[in-house]
Amino acid sequence: MSTQSDSREITLGQAINEALHEEMASDSAVIVMGEDVGRHGGVFRLTEGLYDEFGSARVLDCPICEAGIVGLGVGASMTDMRPIVEIMFGDFTALVMDQVVNQAAKVHYMSGGNMTAPIVIRTTMGAGRNIAAQHSQSLHAWFCHIPGLKVVLPATPYDAKGLLKTAIRDDSPVIFFEDKMMYTEKGMVPNEEYTIPFGVADVKRVGDDITVIATSSMVSVALKAAETLATEGISTEVIDPRTLSPLDEATLVDSAKKTSRCIVIDEGYSHFGATAELASLVSSKAFYYLDAPVERIGAMDVPVPFSPILEDQTIPNEETVVNAARRLVGS
Amino acid sequence: MKLTRAVDDRTEDLYKQGKIPGVIFSQRGHEAIAVGASYALEPEDVLAPMHRDLGAYLLRGMTPGTIFAQAMARIGGPSRGRDTNTHGLGDLSLGIIGYISHLPQSMPVTLGAAFSFKYRGEARVALTFTGDGASSEGAFSESLNLAAVLNLPAVFILENNRYAYSTPTHHQYATRNLVQRAEAFGMPGYTVDGNNVLDVWQVTAEAVDRARSGGGPSLIEAHTMRMRGHAIHDPANYVPKQLLEEWETLDPIKITTDTLRNQGVLDHTTEADIALKVKTEVDAGLKWADSSPLPNPDTLTAGIYA
Ligand SMILES: Cc1ncc(C[n+]2csc(CCOP(=O)(O)OP(=O)(O)O)c2C)c(N)n1
Ligand SMILES: [Mg+2]
Repeated sequence: MSTQSDSREITLGQAINEALHEEMASDSAVIVMGEDVGRHGGVFRLTEGLYDEFGSARVLDCPICEAGIVGLGVGASMTDMRPIVEIMFGDFTALVMDQVVNQAAKVHYMSGGNMTAPIVIRTTMGAGRNIAAQHSQSLHAWFCHIPGLKVVLPATPYDAKGLLKTAIRDDSPVIFFEDKMMYTEKGMVPNEEYTIPFGVADVKRVGDDITVIATSSMVSVALKAAETLATEGISTEVIDPRTLSPLDEATLVDSAKKTSRCIVIDEGYSHFGATAELASLVSSKAFYYLDAPVERIGAMDVPVPFSPILEDQTIPNEETVVNAARRLVGS
Repeated sequence: MKLTRAVDDRTEDLYKQGKIPGVIFSQRGHEAIAVGASYALEPEDVLAPMHRDLGAYLLRGMTPGTIFAQAMARIGGPSRGRDTNTHGLGDLSLGIIGYISHLPQSMPVTLGAAFSFKYRGEARVALTFTGDGASSEGAFSESLNLAAVLNLPAVFILENNRYAYSTPTHHQYATRNLVQRAEAFGMPGYTVDGNNVLDVWQVTAEAVDRARSGGGPSLIEAHTMRMRGHAIHDPANYVPKQLLEEWETLDPIKITTDTLRNQGVLDHTTEADIALKVKTEVDAGLKWADSSPLPNPDTLTAGIYA
């Protein structure tokens, strides 16, 4: 248990920045690369201070060429470096797919374990900034589809810091998704060094009547919904898998068995998205315990529009969860 | 150019008044490139602007009203509230392929238009704009190579404005300039003062003529300075003040005005007439845009498929 004195409140952005600082300080193989990440400190200010502390040899301001940067990162990672590449918008990962999917993800397996590609790609997800369809997508499901990649979606400053440190030390390629709307969200983080293992879900709220499995930005949505539901006498358990690959199946399934009802919520597109995989898992493994079909809530299957009155409709919100929970508990 | 500046300034006001969601990109320093290059095209040609080519939209006949409506997420904009400001401001009836956000994907797409024209035996040209930062992307090189190998009627205008977000050109490329790439890929290359609208027009006209007569693509490197931050939220403290001060004296509108005054082409009455015309057009445009409704929330999923 942390007390007031051994932890402090920081933002999710600061948590990421701290993890980068600490890992760079403890391992000279850790380098940071990307567009505007050095002198400027990053477009979202996540790499602030790294350039001053570690210099231009370890914090690389790259030309605008995502595929080249990631390819360089993959090669460096195969030759004993620990590169962390920042891709400004998750939407731009479309440009790096070949290096990630066909090289980084495969190299360990195809080389018979001879080679590894311990690269971390940090990128963003999430709508809500009124920057339209090419800067607002949550594309993590793409990477979950590929064996050999690990996919991380932190929802709190505590998780972000601990998971990023683990990502950097992990010997497999890791895609680390940060919701750009959450950088300023605050939470308690220990002063002491810590890491969080992959594949361990976190129960964010304990409950008996219904399980809500939520990722990234949707964790706070689920928690708010749980508050509302509590006033109606519905006790909600909120679980964040934290890493989608590897996935802590047991914690999710056991919770669904306990509550007998389950909602999965994630900001990616619903169609063939993360919610489909999670719902299928719970449906098959907790089948005989469920009182209702598992409900899926994802972003609407539409390019995210610019106009706020259109955009807002595409993102799942507290009300969506509350209504779904009422429906399930009523059934 | 004056209209470009006026629309740009008004856009900034609207943004600060909270009437424009998202982000906006300043056009300052790019007026002569956008206007000069577009002037060299015929109405049947197609052009794919970048995010600092507001002048190109205006010159192709898009009204300030339409542009404001787009920025204010109203249905009067070409995207009907679906895309932001100078992004996605396309209208093929005006020969405009809207800016494709991911750099420099407008280049290969422009080649597609050039290909269609050539295939059908039409004497049309496709022109696009790109940046010093965008030049580092693979698609930049791929496009130049494809254009040259297929001998397509395409013109590439590279707007070298010294910065790509916070990255100065000496961290972007190791050559002295970018026009060298023209030779590397087998096409004529031109260097032009991007703040001189007549020079830009002249050079572009030559490249457009070559493309139209079957002579293939050209690359034009137009030099200018990005006079504001990358986008409205960027104070650009990384840009040396002195650099901005030097370039301020080369402001494209100022030097054109001076030249025309010195040549006796522009007198006070004409200048006043232009100023009034610009103001009237901008005011009327804004009024129209403001009367354009927000999108109907029920239309959210309309148009995902053709
Ligand atoms: C593939 C891709 N990577 C990154 C970006 C983000 N981005 C938008 S504009 C820009 C800078 C572009 O610089 P430059 O090409 O010189 O054009 P300028 O803004 O200077 O006019 C960046 C990095 C993007 N839109 N697309
Ligand atoms: Mg530039």
